[in-house]
Amino acid sequence: MNKEFMSGNHSFGEAAIRAGCKHYFGYPITPQNELGEYMSEHLPKAGGVFLQSESETAAINMVEGASAVGARVMTSSSSPGISLKQEGISYLAGLELPAVIVNVMRGGPGLGDISAAQGDYFQATRGGGHGDYRTPVYAPASVQEIADLTYKAFDTADKYRTPVMVLSDGLIGQMKEPVVFPKKIEKLPEKEWALRGMGSGPSRLMASFHIDPAVIERHNWKLFRKYQEIEKNETMYETYMTDDADIIAIAYGCTARIAKGAIKRVRKDGIKAGLIRPITLWPFPSQIIKDTASKIKKYIVFEMSTGQMLDDVLLAVEGRIKVQFHGRPGGAIPTPAEFARIIYREYQLESKS
Amino acid sequence: MKLKNPWPIYFKKDVETHYCPGCGHGIVHRLISEAVEELDVGKRTICVNPAGCAVIAYNYLNVDCIESAHGRGTAVATGLKRARPDLFVISYQGDGDLAAIGTAETIHSANRGECFTAVLINNAVYGMTGGQMAPTTLLSQKTTTTPTGRTSGNDGYPLHITDVVATFKGVAYAERVAVNGPAAVQRAKKALKNAFQAQIDGLGYSIIEVLSPCPVNWKMSPIEAWKWIDDVLSKEFPLGVLADRRPKAV
Repeated sequence: MNKEFMSGNHSFGEAAIRAGCKHYFGYPITPQNELGEYMSEHLPKAGGVFLQSESETAAINMVEGASAVGARVMTSSSSPGISLKQEGISYLAGLELPAVIVNVMRGGPGLGDISAAQGDYFQATRGGGHGDYRTPVYAPASVQEIADLTYKAFDTADKYRTPVMVLSDGLIGQMKEPVVFPKKIEKLPEKEWALRGMGSGPSRLMASFHIDPAVIERHNWKLFRKYQEIEKNETMYETYMTDDADIIAIAYGCTARIAKGAIKRVRKDGIKAGLIRPITLWPFPSQIIKDTASKIKKYIVFEMSTGQMLDDVLLAVEGRIKVQFHGRPGGAIPTPAEFARIIYREYQLESKS
Repeated sequence: MKLKNPWPIYFKKDVETHYCPGCGHGIVHRLISEAVEELDVGKRTICVNPAGCAVIAYNYLNVDCIESAHGRGTAVATGLKRARPDLFVISYQGDGDLAAIGTAETIHSANRGECFTAVLINNAVYGMTGGQMAPTTLLSQKTTTTPTGRTSGNDGYPLHITDVVATFKGVAYAERVAVNGPAAVQRAKKALKNAFQAQIDGLGYSIIEVLSPCPVNWKMSPIEAWKWIDDVLSKEFPLGVLADRRPKAV
């Protein structure tokens, strides 16, 4: 296995190519431009198609077309561009078409800034577009995880015939780290459901429009059962120093790394702190958070937002213990020292009570 | 009675139409079915169905079909064709779909010379939503959102989208036709076959704009609607070949 030194944004591209992705459609937006640039150079060499679209809207609909004929296909953008893609993601969900969508988050709302942020959690985990659907969301915390989870995202997308999002941010996207890539897939199985022209068989149809509400209701329940399966099988998380912990931080993506740094500091002073890091944001690892709540005094949720994942934590905790929140929105990046101060403070408050 | 011509293979039989009396969609569907059969591409055809009256065109066309979001037909068609260049792809769209909400996709897919055929049904109104102003609505034409008639001051002018894309070097063939009578229908079929052949030959983008009657929203009888196309609509949108960049036969 060759170890390479690569940026997060380039790693998205290389992992996708290795996963057998043959088509990429995208539009430039900072801080994810290196991903499209990587694809423009390397995808044609791998026998694929890179196309710079006229908009994010066009890109996601090109994804629909390529996915409909069975191709592994990817698009990427950053927060404002992902908003434009939401209509298309809803159609992919309705049409049950697999695709991988990368969001390298930046500050918002509006044009925001080009610094790393985590303000798109609600949009990513609640569906984002119109209608009753969910999108599996992977949240890598390192360049290695970008490679592994992007690769995995293509399998999840095909397995459940659903759009899958990899939710990263400008920090991990721009950061360079050593990375070992998974093996390149040379041949993928044929997708028996894909459009292919009727050939010798009956004509096929892909539609999310059904004038009869009874038909749409059945379709929605079918999607719901699929999402239940995904919740059962695909939930991922990491625990760090939680076995003896009194106080546990919950954070994802780059914020989880900053939290780890903080935990290392406070542990030196004998404070028993740990971390639960959701790797899938939907499905959310509610069970481990629920189970751990009975063993500890307090959760602290760290996010680079004003509190979005916090809602999922509160739903999982169901009021059993206190949940403290500390967030930095709009592209402000916290430090391990800052998080450590919060942990010290909460620990002291807990000791007094 | 025995039909002189056999039923087209790619036109579904024994289905009830949902289109209004005198609507042009059914005629254009039938022409597409005949053309793909005569050019022997039906077995590798995918038709992109738009949001609008033709959203369930797959009820009539016996070819593979996929639905597109409103205005995104040519983006979906781009994805289909880029992933499977061996397929024959049609993006079937209305005037609001192709020339208002989907203008960017229309212009850029045409400019890239994407190798598929767009079929634009121009009936000068939004049909499915009940007859609102379309980009192609004529000046002083009354619609449900221009109750006293379209004015250039408030609404601008009828948009000649096919004339715009006809200027692009990526466009191999562009023609405007009508389907208001037997002779017009025959010319429309010929135009469709020219456009389809350009795609088969890999020459680039092709577009056929069809002036199509919408008697219900025009508040006319079907016969009046046919006459209105001749007397009024085709005066704003003249019929004919708008671009032909096919190599000349030697």
